[in-house]
Amino acid sequence: MPIVRAVSAANEVPAIEITGVTRRFLTPEGTFNTAMRDFSLTVRRGEFVCVVGPTGCGKSTTLNLVTGLISPSAGQVRVMGQPVGGIDRRVGFVFQSDALFPWRSVLDNVAAGPLYRGVPKAQAYDKARQWVARVGLGAYESLYPHQLSGGMRKRVALAQTFINEPEILLLDEPFSALDVQTRTVMQDELLELWSGTQASVVFVTHDLEEAVALADQVVVLTASPATVKKVHRIDLPRPRVMSEIRYEPQFVEIARRIWEDLREEVQIGQRSALAIAA
Amino acid sequence: MTSTTVAAGPVATADYSLDALERKAVAAQKRRHGIVIALRFLIFIVVVGAWEGAAAIGWIDPFFFGRPSGVGRQIWEWMTEGTSQGSLWVQMLVTIEETVLGFLIGSVAGIICGIALGRNRFLADIFSVYIKIANSIPRVVLGSIFIISLGLGMASKVALAVVMVFFVVFANAFQGVREADRAMIANAQILGASQWQLTTTVVIPSAMSWILASLHVSFGFALVGAVVGEFLGSKQGIGLLISTAQGAFNANGVFAAMIILAVMALVAEFFITLIEDRLVRWKPAPLNEPGA
Repeated sequence: MPIVRAVSAANEVPAIEITGVTRRFLTPEGTFNTAMRDFSLTVRRGEFVCVVGPTGCGKSTTLNLVTGLISPSAGQVRVMGQPVGGIDRRVGFVFQSDALFPWRSVLDNVAAGPLYRGVPKAQAYDKARQWVARVGLGAYESLYPHQLSGGMRKRVALAQTFINEPEILLLDEPFSALDVQTRTVMQDELLELWSGTQASVVFVTHDLEEAVALADQVVVLTASPATVKKVHRIDLPRPRVMSEIRYEPQFVEIARRIWEDLREEVQIGQRSALAIAA
Repeated sequence: MTSTTVAAGPVATADYSLDALERKAVAAQKRRHGIVIALRFLIFIVVVGAWEGAAAIGWIDPFFFGRPSGVGRQIWEWMTEGTSQGSLWVQMLVTIEETVLGFLIGSVAGIICGIALGRNRFLADIFSVYIKIANSIPRVVLGSIFIISLGLGMASKVALAVVMVFFVVFANAFQGVREADRAMIANAQILGASQWQLTTTVVIPSAMSWILASLHVSFGFALVGAVVGEFLGSKQGIGLLISTAQGAFNANGVFAAMIILAVMALVAEFFITLIEDRLVRWKPAPLNEPGA
């Protein structure tokens, strides 16, 4: 069922507001490192934003600021209009690496969120069973993560996150470890799950095509320290089908434009990496 | 099956050859298993036989080095007629009791302290110096102190076993907590886990394989603690049996006690493995079945 998504009007409070954030941290060697400088980003409610940038530029730091796992050295981060202080219950996070609990079965993994949040056991497992079925793993609910393929584990991770009904969904290169076919399937799966919610999404990736295919807005970051270089609107119609969208001329045109921006930064990133190595 | 029709021929042949291959593989595996077992026995017979033979010919003096038949006789004598300090079973029971008590107290304390310090960086930084110091002391020496302060009874042996076990389990629990995957911890936090839930549902399970590995080693340490304690001064136990045999220049007696200890350790090892298999059912099975 196609749901008409209404991205909020300009006067409404944005889902995420990062203003003038600088993040410096003390390295084990005792020097200070600047991960991001004067970083500003706004994500409106119900919007799907992809963040792309060169390797190691601080893309993941952006997400960690929103979760409250780390705090900015200067500037402000607001979620739903309130400053972030500690971990926000409205936030869901899908990790790049396997963050499932290997000693819990698929069902127990998915039920973890509601159980942690104090939902009664029977209710939590009822809900978990529904979500396991929704990601197509109904027949595998009693298996352990090591018995599943990479794609299936990602499905579990998505169910584990979506079951908490997050208003803000953060994804840190979630599909980068998957093969290309599985990745395409999982991108469709993500859009399908997302279309059933009102969640605002920040999706970090190094894959430009993935960003263009998924997002309403693509944010290009500079090489480290990260700032926003440019924001591109992606006006491709929804619902989108991942296996087809990348052959549309409009898609190719947008991807080319963004790549122009990104290429410079990648080159800068490469040069500074080589300089450090030398 | 030589009379297959022409149409079914190729299929039947393919099936047959696959079947044969499988049977061959199974047979090869069985043969390998048999050879391994046979070689194990062979090594035992060669070593023990060489010892017995050398003692019989006179290459080694059985008075100093014992001989397998003498060791066997000694064990039989202890089992049937009892030892100089009473029934062998009582001696074993005493040593087992000291070992198990020391093992339980030491490992529970080690796990609790390891997890507490592993979860708290500040405490860990403060205590790390003292733990290093305590760990570098040869702890067997503490046996003398325990005998002086706790007497010749069971308490001093248990105390020594506790000290032997504690540091091994502590170090492993601590390391296990530190190695807990950071993404997994962050995941649990974002899913809504409180600090307590994080410790019980993420940190402890992920440290469990480290802790279990240390339990294997530390049961042996507990046994060493109990036996050395008995050795240093006691009224009962296998350790006393050894020291009595030593006093009487009875080499066979020392070896016999050693074998009894080894059997006790192996039985305990079997039970610990049983518990471990229960606790880590979620782990992927090793690619090659052990003991094949």
